[in-house]
Amino acid sequence: MEDKDLQVQEKQELKTKSESTRNVPIYIPPVDIFESPSELVLMADMPGVAFDNVDIDLDNDQLTIRGSVRVEDEKGTVLLKEYSVGDYYRQFTLSNVIDRNKIEASMKDGVLKVVLPKAEAAKPRKITVKST
Amino acid sequence: MAIIRYPSLWSGMNPFRELERMRKEMDRLFSEVMDRSTHLQSSGVYPSLNVSQDGEQFFVQAELPGIHPEDLEISVEGTTLTLRGERKSENVEGVSYHRRERPSGRFHKALTLPHEVDSDKVEATFKDGVLKLVLPKAEHVKPKKITVRAD
Repeated sequence: MEDKDLQVQEKQELKTKSESTRNVPIYIPPVDIFESPSELVLMADMPGVAFDNVDIDLDNDQLTIRGSVRVEDEKGTVLLKEYSVGDYYRQFTLSNVIDRNKIEASMKDGVLKVVLPKAEAAKPRKITVKST
Repeated sequence: MAIIRYPSLWSGMNPFRELERMRKEMDRLFSEVMDRSTHLQSSGVYPSLNVSQDGEQFFVQAELPGIHPEDLEISVEGTTLTLRGERKSENVEGVSYHRRERPSGRFHKALTLPHEVDSDKVEATFKDGVLKLVLPKAEHVKPKKITVRAD
């Protein structure tokens, strides 16, 4: 149990020189990234993105995640608007060697989870010393 | 004892006061324009809500990624809508964190709607981390059509 109160984190808009074709804002999703001896795991908050609208791309050591939301027409007249709806985009440079055939991604309740297993060569190896 | 000075008498006598008043007015105008450009009127209380209405019902939306529907409590009483819940932290043991940007903790937000709602007919859906509420207005506040008879 945590007694900490959740604070509003204003969505950070991505400012790029190139315009996207969709006329919606693009936000930088907040992420958690953690590493275990065998894998690297990335979790990103992307509310409103369905699992089939996520695009993950690993090009050399550049990992790109994209998520597009279905923008619905607002019903009725607006009384209060505290957030805007938009797409998500974020790019990371990975320092580890990733086994790209075993990357797994899942989406649940608006949270993307990407599991990037480390390549065999990058895993720590224990060398046993034999006595002769 | 508080002394109240009439501004109309004073502004003519003290030019600095008048400048101060003008500066404040400019600040107010400027902040108004700035607010309009972002279109957002955040209360700073989690979660951020979008609320709209038509003649029959209110629509409330909130982005709650990573919150399990069973950790979310929604209640309606008269004109007050209350959202309560917790986003549990997913602490993974035996790993080293590179980044921790996703917040966790509890939240509690109450919103007063302009009209009473029929609390029995409130519908809530939760999909892809987005909560959508449809709150039908109570019968007596719904707009009534008045037909005009020609005599």
